[in-house]
Amino acid sequence: MTTALLVWKMLLFRLKEFAVSAWFLLISVLQPIIFATIAFYMFRTGGKPGTLLYAALGAGMMGIWSSTLFGSGGALQWQRWQGTLELLVASPPPFVIVLLPMALATSITGAYALVSTLVWGRLLFGVPLHLAHPVAFAVAVPVTVLALGLMGLLLASSFVLYRHANALSNLLEYPVWVASGLIFPISLLPGWSHPISWILAPTWGVRAIRAAALGGSPWGPIGWAALLGVVYLALAAVFLRIFEYQARARATLSLT
Amino acid sequence: MIRFWRVFFVGGLLAYRALFNWIRPWIYIPTMLGAPIFQLVFFTKLGQYSGAGDKSFFVVGNAVQVCAMSSIYGMTMAVANERWFGTLGPLLASPANRLAVFLGRGVPVLANGLFVSAFGFGIGVVLLGFRPPTHAIPALAVVVIVTAASCTAFGMLLGSIGLRAKDFFFAANLAYFLMLLFCGVNIPLHVMPEWMQIVGRSVPLTHGIMAARRVSAGASLGDVSGLVWAELGIGAAYAASAYLLFRFLERESRRRAVLDTL
Repeated sequence: MTTALLVWKMLLFRLKEFAVSAWFLLISVLQPIIFATIAFYMFRTGGKPGTLLYAALGAGMMGIWSSTLFGSGGALQWQRWQGTLELLVASPPPFVIVLLPMALATSITGAYALVSTLVWGRLLFGVPLHLAHPVAFAVAVPVTVLALGLMGLLLASSFVLYRHANALSNLLEYPVWVASGLIFPISLLPGWSHPISWILAPTWGVRAIRAAALGGSPWGPIGWAALLGVVYLALAAVFLRIFEYQARARATLSLT
Repeated sequence: MIRFWRVFFVGGLLAYRALFNWIRPWIYIPTMLGAPIFQLVFFTKLGQYSGAGDKSFFVVGNAVQVCAMSSIYGMTMAVANERWFGTLGPLLASPANRLAVFLGRGVPVLANGLFVSAFGFGIGVVLLGFRPPTHAIPALAVVVIVTAASCTAFGMLLGSIGLRAKDFFFAANLAYFLMLLFCGVNIPLHVMPEWMQIVGRSVPLTHGIMAARRVSAGASLGDVSGLVWAELGIGAAYAASAYLLFRFLERESRRRAVLDTL
């Protein structure tokens, strides 16, 4: 109960913090709108106007990932810069419980991207917002957001050791967009890359959301996204114990 | 005159080394080389799927555009970070020629932008099957140099704004993303609404990318000289505006005693 309350309070705190951050406004609203506009024009130019909702959903998912990635990468780095990382590590709750709300808050904030791109597409490009399976859509979105947040937690756990997490964040934005097939199918990628796609929650998340919105079977991908989220959480808990100990033993925790 | 060039070259290099002393291979490689690889792959595959253009359209557009990573972010930091590092006061108290101080900072940034762009073209050749005619490479190099210089001038303007503005990184990031949209990097300019085309034609990159595409398709430098001169003119206009803004904000900051206010 105490743990749940702690996670909830910290989640609310982080959500409020991110809500007034210009950086998150850029990553979660402006950047997805810009990428959605590029995608809309590209699909129109290529004579595929029927796929505009496909593009809007993909661009929204791209925004959720960007927010999660930069938020998770930045979460530890910001604590380092502010000198509060040691205090958080030294506090009584397990570090995974401290980090979990941060990671979840980044992906929840990222969900603004999905709303932004859908509204933008509707208002400026006349993208229809008819959902094939509204109930499944209402389930797919939170499950995907949660799974991405847990993926962010797994990333953040490795960032405990890596002092230049921000640089790694800069690198990982496009590869996950590509490998997850967020805006084009992974069948365009070489076969060897497909297993990588399968272990990424955004792959299943976007499939679930698309199937729920455009038609298809969303429940299988929803299940896979949820399962991957659980696996990420378990791995993050293990890694965090190991990495946190190593960072403390090497006295590298607060090095910037 | 010797003093001017000494401040321009040596001062520019020293400033770069001082302001970017945090750059290490494990920061530089993922950010400046890793990200462009995937940007090229992303847009080329998206172009392939959407049918919006052939492979070379996206390779050239993005390989030229990635120079903006250095030109926009690097140049913004090369000017605005003096305030954040607390060195703006001593810098402006020195009698050094301001034009030399200002423009000298652009040289290392420009060199870095060219390197990143060349790397982008290399990735296009190795990973994406981009094959420009061999005789086009010198002309392509000239176009990329002019475009990167023009982008650096734009970065100077953003950096000058950063002398006073608090959240200049927000502006730099937004500018970078908007250039992806407005400059015809991934969308042919003519498919955009008129007002977007006007915006696109008034900022760096657009003419350079158009020139680079035509050169890659076999045109000579003479054939695209109009575009290259337009790109150069836009760059010169931004550099002049940036310098004037820099001087204005310097004077205002002194007058209001807010030089180092963060």
